[in-house]
Amino acid sequence: MTMFPLNRRRFLMAGAALGAAPLVMRSRPAFAASLTAGFIYVGPRDDYGYNQAHAEGAAAIKDMEGLTVVEEENVAESDAVVKTMESMIQLDGAELLFPTSFGYYNPFVVDTAKNYPDVQFRHCGGLWTDKDPKNAGSYFGYIGTAQYICGIIAGHMTKSKKLGFVAAKPIPQVLMNINAYTLGAKSVDPSIQTQVIFTGDWAMPVKEAEAVNALVDQGADVLTCHVDSPKVFVQTAAGRGAYVTGYHTSQAPLAPEKYLTGAEWHWETVYKMFAEKALAGEELPNFVRGGLAEDFVKISDYGPAVTEEARKQADSVKAEVMKGGFAVIKGPLKDNKGNEVVAAGKEYPETAIELEKMDYLIEGVIGSTS
Amino acid sequence: MNSDLGLWAVPIAVLGGMLRVSTPFLFVSLGECVTEKSGRINLGLEGTLVFGAMAGYGGSYLTGSPWLGVLAAGIAGLLFGLLHAALCSLPKVNDIAVGIALMILGSGLAFFFGKPLIQPAAPMLPGLSLGAWSSVPQVRAALEVSPPFLIGVVVAVLLLFVFKRTRIGLVLRMVGDSADAARAMGYPIIPVRVAATAFGGFMAGVAGAYLSLYYPGSWNEHISSGQGLIAVALVIFARWNPLACLGAALIFGGAGALGPALQSVGVTSGYYLFYAAPYILTLVILFVTSSPRKALEGAPRELSITR
Repeated sequence: MTMFPLNRRRFLMAGAALGAAPLVMRSRPAFAASLTAGFIYVGPRDDYGYNQAHAEGAAAIKDMEGLTVVEEENVAESDAVVKTMESMIQLDGAELLFPTSFGYYNPFVVDTAKNYPDVQFRHCGGLWTDKDPKNAGSYFGYIGTAQYICGIIAGHMTKSKKLGFVAAKPIPQVLMNINAYTLGAKSVDPSIQTQVIFTGDWAMPVKEAEAVNALVDQGADVLTCHVDSPKVFVQTAAGRGAYVTGYHTSQAPLAPEKYLTGAEWHWETVYKMFAEKALAGEELPNFVRGGLAEDFVKISDYGPAVTEEARKQADSVKAEVMKGGFAVIKGPLKDNKGNEVVAAGKEYPETAIELEKMDYLIEGVIGSTS
Repeated sequence: MNSDLGLWAVPIAVLGGMLRVSTPFLFVSLGECVTEKSGRINLGLEGTLVFGAMAGYGGSYLTGSPWLGVLAAGIAGLLFGLLHAALCSLPKVNDIAVGIALMILGSGLAFFFGKPLIQPAAPMLPGLSLGAWSSVPQVRAALEVSPPFLIGVVVAVLLLFVFKRTRIGLVLRMVGDSADAARAMGYPIIPVRVAATAFGGFMAGVAGAYLSLYYPGSWNEHISSGQGLIAVALVIFARWNPLACLGAALIFGGAGALGPALQSVGVTSGYYLFYAAPYILTLVILFVTSSPRKALEGAPRELSITR
């Protein structure tokens, strides 16, 4: 007789023991010398846009000592993101999560954070307040100021005095970009107008292309956008002979001649800060914001078409911004329905919390928020 | 450089949208029309369309010729059609269920193989300028027509002729209307259906190549916003008539351009409603044309949804 006859009962027991092993052996490290960080994107990682900007930030910290990065892309702003977060926590042992899309925050990130108090959640774009869980938080860049500088370039380059803006949804950050872009252009010539077309969602290639065609048909000759993947936008606009300024990341390779400049994210700065603090066992800040001066956002290199005059003005404003405290939104300012939205003498520097609740389009913008 | 057209910009933009946006609807619905005439319904064309978009872009990028890309997309679509046809030819297999499975499979495979194709730029299909006679730049831009659209129009007319006037069309319709009659006449049922489904797949693949190689002219995972599914519904809407398919595709293309065009002339509120225009229009037309007596006229009798 053999010592360990392999019968069905023993086989099942062994199998069950093996299956349960990860449950017993999984333990949290006593100090955070190693860390798994999870990144969740709403679209593909290499979309020439929003998700690529985040993925570049994630790639930049991948090689940090003790850090493991897990990523998942194409996660919808629905229950799907809860499942992704839970699987990152339970299967990959992630202790720091970066759900990067705006629509993830409420209720999905907030609720999941309540259920997993040991895991840190840092969401991009949300407005974290004291009432939200302490293990959640939000970070964002003041890209509106970068759009202001792009608007200055656009204002110099337009001949028709009409700019085009292809936007996804009328949320505060999008409205801020439209307003800042228009104000930048109006600082060059107050008669310049910006025509906005909302496509209704973050990635609608056919509608974005239709919107570009409609804008060019209406005489817009410098275009920009706020959609997740500006690839179609840039190619269609350049194909129609219009200048473009980019968004999220540099689209210069797609239209080297027509690309003027662009407002880009630089998430590497933010992710490095969070990862370093988490690895050192320090407390993570709940509310992180930064702009050009903090290296959270940057401006694409100027394209060959940009005139000397435009460069000069943009560079001098940029130098102003780098000193800190620069306010794009300042009174007196009217919205495009004629109501005064900012009183004379009042200034909102980019850090002002009021700007994250923006619900108006300024005078000079043709478009509506609903 | 640009002249101000005021409200005239809207009909011109809708015309341009018709010519630009309708082509994928047209190709998928013509292909599906043939498939359904043979008595099968292929819901998987959405997946075939997405895979075709990827295969077309990849083919164009690797060979440097956009037309070879279109061919690659067509062949990929043909293979998907053959797969659907082969599976449905097995006993007791439901064509709708297979179609849904293939829809998901097609998109999934396209995303998998398409990952390295998102970044590079492939050569695009050339456009034909039919508006050179006009001095208005907007009209010239609207009449920038793609060769696939013209091919689609020709195919629509040809298909109508084939259905009505040729032996092949008669056999196809007989197989779709009464398998028993076809069997009694000695015509092979399964080979006809396999060929019809393969043709449908080919057309859907070409439609995908149009999306990635002409308009909007880029490969990414959001390239199709459900055109493949809508086109399958358009066939029913068009009562299985190829020329009506052309009309339905044009209506949907034009309606899609309405929202951006209205916003561009300053009608800025309620754009979500304008974006729903094609679907509201469908409901209205279905309501107006419906009749208790001649319901589903022209519907192939063997179709699993009408049987």
